Amino acid sequence: MSQAPAATAATTALPAHRGSGSTADLVFEHACRAAGVLVLVLLGAIIVSLFIGGWQAFARFGAGFVTSVEWDPVQEVFGAGVSIYGTVLTAVLALLIAVPVAFGIAFYLTELAPEWLRRPVGTAIELLAAVPSIIYGMWGFFVIAPLMADPVQPFIIDTIGELPVVGALFQGPPFGTGLATAALILAIMVLPFIAAVMRDVFLTVPPVYKESAYGLGCTTWEVMKGVVLPYTRASVVGGIMLGLGRALGETMAVTFVIGNANRISTSLFGPGNTIASLVALEFGESELGSLKLSALLALGFILFVISFIVLATSRFLLRSRLKA
Amino acid sequence: MAARHAGVAQGLGRRRRRADRIIRALCVLATLVACGFLVSILGLLFYRGFGALNANIFLEVTKPPGSHGGLLNAIVGSIIQTTIGTAIGTPIGLLVGTYLAEYAQGSRLGGMVRFVSDILLSAPSILIGLFVYSALVVPFGGFSGWAGCVALAIIVIPIVVRTTEDMLALLPNTLREAVIALGAPKWKMVVLVCWRAAASGILTGVLLAIARVAGETAPLLFTSLGNNGWSVDLSKPFPSLPLTIYAYAGSPYQDWIDLAWAGALLITLGVLGLNILARGVLRKKA
Repeated sequence: MSQAPAATAATTALPAHRGSGSTADLVFEHACRAAGVLVLVLLGAIIVSLFIGGWQAFARFGAGFVTSVEWDPVQEVFGAGVSIYGTVLTAVLALLIAVPVAFGIAFYLTELAPEWLRRPVGTAIELLAAVPSIIYGMWGFFVIAPLMADPVQPFIIDTIGELPVVGALFQGPPFGTGLATAALILAIMVLPFIAAVMRDVFLTVPPVYKESAYGLGCTTWEVMKGVVLPYTRASVVGGIMLGLGRALGETMAVTFVIGNANRISTSLFGPGNTIASLVALEFGESELGSLKLSALLALGFILFVISFIVLATSRFLLRSRLKA
Repeated sequence: MAARHAGVAQGLGRRRRRADRIIRALCVLATLVACGFLVSILGLLFYRGFGALNANIFLEVTKPPGSHGGLLNAIVGSIIQTTIGTAIGTPIGLLVGTYLAEYAQGSRLGGMVRFVSDILLSAPSILIGLFVYSALVVPFGGFSGWAGCVALAIIVIPIVVRTTEDMLALLPNTLREAVIALGAPKWKMVVLVCWRAAASGILTGVLLAIARVAGETAPLLFTSLGNNGWSVDLSKPFPSLPLTIYAYAGSPYQDWIDLAWAGALLITLGVLGLNILARGVLRKKA
């Protein structure tokens, strides 16, 4: 009742009030939309600027730039083959290591862990994702690489390295650094991302499905294998692709441990390169306007295209989860 | 006959239970290993970094090897760049998130913006550095602190977009209807009611964004470049802690390596502290 006079006062003032309100409304809505468009423009600008920057190299070497394995700054011959190989190899190896472990963590956190332990363990895994990349680099260089040099790599070289065919992958001097070490560090870095997605999607399985499987006498593992995993398959693959996207573009950690060599070694223990590590290491030695700088920007463009495809696929597979 | 069936069933049950036990044990092991990595990283940082921590680090700028330098310029440079980068990126991210949650439901543009923002969220940060190098460093004649701030801001935007949209989407529609029914214009509904109701969630996003960019190294390599002297002039090459750590960790001088460890300890504690703080903010609300 006490609001009635106020309402009358508002009614008399309404036309002017509404006018200013709708102007402000328009301004606010357009500001929001403009910010949204800015994000689109940003992505477009990143693609275009990398492509223009790399044009000199693309024009000079043509499509052969992608496949050529030569990288010789002295002769001004540049090819992306070695670093693309290193990028894809380390990222895929990293996933081979990370996916089973991430699955184990997600399984533990959703089905096995006692209630009081779930939050602290979950937080610890999330903190693993928050550690800066450069810290992983230092840790990898000062802890993992020495461990790899002795005892891990000599042991593998003496056992698996002796086998026919697969042995070639595990030969050569045990430097400690190299493709395998980089892949291991990458695996640890992407592990928490994959585990987090898996945990979230496992939690979306309706309890009644799991309960009916338990009611039939299934063990916890059988429920996971027969109910939870089939129900969440697309999202799990999406989470793995997200991890792949992260692993492809990781820079600082890889730069510390990959050994930086511009050749393809058959052994996983050999040194190598990724696109990101090559750009980070060689950028300082490239002059403005040089063909080398252009080649580095062209590498950036290639990395962007690969990451974009992987991340877009990941998002497509995770869309059902996003909508929920 | 029946006895044989029972025997088979018993054997099968044993095998299934054994498989279950083995997998469970492996899962516990996987979790322990992952937690072990975190403990190992923190342990190493304390072991190598704590001994190297002393007052000089906060009082002296970086100096040539052997002359007892500190990290003051790098720390201040990192704080300045992180602050400005967040200050630029947060309002933009907030507006984009608001657009996605309040204005763009079902629209094609909204879908595209959401998609692109999610791509930027996971895109390699080194590429953002290369982009800012081409777009700002080359045309404006050299490496500068401003370029570094812009690169960090571009990393901040998608993080804030995601949390803002998620938090606004959690608000009940009845809240919005109530505000509109009172005759308030929509912008007032968004700013005075929705933002306020989602404030702690949005703050969480901002804290996570700060934590993320505080440790970023790759995008700064090509933008602010680093600076070994005292500098607060953002139009010149600018010092930052991750860049100094990167340069010092790979150097052959023991005192520089010690400084790198001290810096690594500081930055990790800062970043993990911010993450825990962000979680605390969110939990208090829930």
